[in-house]
Amino acid sequence: MSHWDSTLMKRRMRYLAFSALPVILVLTILLADTRPVSALPIPGGSVRAIPAFARKYGMPCSSCHQAWPMLSPFGQAFKDNGYQLGNERDAPIYQNPAYWPVTFRMTTFWHRENENRMQVDDPTSTTGGQMQANVTTHGFDWSGLDFHTGGTLAKNVSFYVLPSSDNTGAFHFETVFARLDNLAGSSWFNVKLGKFELDNLLSEKRILTLTNVSGVYTNYHYQPATENNGLNPAFPLFTFGIGDNQVGLELMGHSKDDRTRYSASILSSNDGSPGLPTNRTYDGYFTFSQAFQVGSLGLQRVGAFAYIGQAPTYFQFTEGNTSGVPDNATYGVAGTGIGNESFYRAGLIGQFYVKKYDLTAMYFHSSDNKYLATGTPSNPAYGTLPVGARNATWNGALFESHYTPSPQLILIQRVELIRMSQQALPIAPGTPYIPGVSVPSSSFGNEDVYTFGGRYYPFISSRAGFAFHGEYAFSHQVGLSPITGQNLDFSSLLFGFDFAF
Amino acid sequence: MRKMNISKCLVGIAVLLAAPLLVSAQQVETHIGKVTGHADTGRQLYFRYCWGCHGFHGTGTGENWIPTGGFPDTPNLNIQPRNFVAATFKCRSTPTGTLPTDQDLYNSLVRGLTMSNMPSWITLTNQNRADLVAFIKTFSDRWKTDKPGPELSVPAEPALTVQSIQHGKELFTKLECWKCHGPEGRGDGPSASTLTDSNDEPIRPYNFAAGSRFKCGTTNHDLYKIFMTGLDGTPMPSFADVIKPEDAWDLVHYLRTLQVYHKSPELALWEGTKEGAEIVKAQKVRGTPTGSGVNQ
Repeated sequence: MSHWDSTLMKRRMRYLAFSALPVILVLTILLADTRPVSALPIPGGSVRAIPAFARKYGMPCSSCHQAWPMLSPFGQAFKDNGYQLGNERDAPIYQNPAYWPVTFRMTTFWHRENENRMQVDDPTSTTGGQMQANVTTHGFDWSGLDFHTGGTLAKNVSFYVLPSSDNTGAFHFETVFARLDNLAGSSWFNVKLGKFELDNLLSEKRILTLTNVSGVYTNYHYQPATENNGLNPAFPLFTFGIGDNQVGLELMGHSKDDRTRYSASILSSNDGSPGLPTNRTYDGYFTFSQAFQVGSLGLQRVGAFAYIGQAPTYFQFTEGNTSGVPDNATYGVAGTGIGNESFYRAGLIGQFYVKKYDLTAMYFHSSDNKYLATGTPSNPAYGTLPVGARNATWNGALFESHYTPSPQLILIQRVELIRMSQQALPIAPGTPYIPGVSVPSSSFGNEDVYTFGGRYYPFISSRAGFAFHGEYAFSHQVGLSPITGQNLDFSSLLFGFDFAF
Repeated sequence: MRKMNISKCLVGIAVLLAAPLLVSAQQVETHIGKVTGHADTGRQLYFRYCWGCHGFHGTGTGENWIPTGGFPDTPNLNIQPRNFVAATFKCRSTPTGTLPTDQDLYNSLVRGLTMSNMPSWITLTNQNRADLVAFIKTFSDRWKTDKPGPELSVPAEPALTVQSIQHGKELFTKLECWKCHGPEGRGDGPSASTLTDSNDEPIRPYNFAAGSRFKCGTTNHDLYKIFMTGLDGTPMPSFADVIKPEDAWDLVHYLRTLQVYHKSPELALWEGTKEGAEIVKAQKVRGTPTGSGVNQ
């Protein structure tokens, strides 16, 4: 046996040993977790790993991905440079004419879901009563399908189009944009137009976890429990997440080595929906980050971000509404949302590497205007604010760490914490949550999410990707059980094959 | 007595076990400025970033190297990746035929190699690159037996003059650079189609009109080094024994004027003369931008 063969075998054995750890961990949790379970939707959104780029440049996935789909600093620089390496393969004229930059990605898996207090029909009730039940479900399943196509149309003109489906095959456009790169020959000026992921350093589209509980970053989508309560039909649904792809124009720039990065975006205020369905205003998103090289430890990056937006609290209504009751769903004219009220999401991020270990830490501070937070139109003709209503504010924290002993294995751990700092409704201790009136405690709606997992890539190539995926996630929500207002817990366990070509 | 023998045996075994570690520790370090690179760490980086082209064994035969004549529809790399076992490197500050310095290898990682698939690895840390250099040096025993050649001394660049450019133009003809690079430096000389590299793969001479980057750098200093050290493994020889340093600088000044789409003091000065303006105008071929970044 040659030195190389022996070295490879040792490495493989080490990978196998490491890969066994998360499996043992999740099996232990599975055996210990005998609580009942719930059927939740399959994780939404699409995640990105693009062998089409690996094939174009002839580089292994591990060049651009610390562990696909998560980018390495080299991959981030490639993306920031308009999917260009700066060598002679950037312009499409150098590709084989038959080359079409398409990648599909899909996941097949077994999963187990549990919800400790699900609202179900009470079989003993003769009047249609309901009760809480601990519900568990499990079985084999599959994810949605992503078709990624992206690259360069010409030197310094890049594009990305991503039709994405849910697991029933219903497609939508997750991403559609073209980008002018390195304007005036400077990496500081790149302009993107279309629907795209916000310039989040911790990319939700490249998230490493797949369960229903942890398939998205909770902090990126959190909205207080008092919102969208359905009390006032004139109030449109208010949904927003900085993890959602948004529609607009982005100016982004970076230093040649990508150590310094900034972006500024102007976005339509409709959370990425097509056809201007809500209002006619614009939001802004701003990011800045700086990386530092700290000795032999690796690259350390710190940054800040802020999303400043507004959302309508009622629409212009058609003359057909003669009922005297302002019903947004029936009579609201799409795209005419008015009575706009503000919200913001802001935070700090640090990404720290200590050789094979890395930690991302984020702090979030968010606020929704009291009209948005209580589901009230800001027009007295359509509704009045609840007594004592205030802006809802909350803080969040996220800690995600990885141990990457080799390009073929990554162990993942994440903790997310969300704490309400100001409830939108008055606090009435001892009283259950009454929509539009009061909440039972200052901690109502607080949420914790814990995730553990691992991915093992049995081969690394420049053609395709495959990963064994194992993950356990658990979330705890304060006071949100539907009937008794007790705490609500979800858990999700998943083992599967994640593959892309 | 028996105990003593056992102790001696144990000590002997310990020394034997430790010896390779000590030896390898000596072999695996590189020093780039204040940064010390370690081959053990470099190995991990190599198997993340490099093996796809350079191969598991550093022979330049990774999965992306499909020699001409392979699958006809598969996009090949246009140049075979460097064979680290052969330890022959194009970009050096050392005489032809000698090993490069650690800094030379490090610089190649920083800037990448134009006209090849080798990108710039500027986004890696200094430590990463130093570690990779250390590991690359483990592929060939030549690093154990040979030392890098003496670093080329580059004299200060003389003042740029029209005479310097004209003299460089004469040297370009006299030294027969045009045979490979073509009379206008477009890489289309009469010998161009016959050239092969040390792997017997076809290789194109550099097309000065097409770019601003050279194989081993972007500055006049880099260009001077290229023809004084040669590009080992390619037909580009060293001219260190053929021309004097001041002549080499004249050649640098002239070669800059062949980069007709790249603004430079040399081009500006040359275009300011009647002769130069006519030549440059004739060399600027108008065409449709192809998106390659080059007007063709």
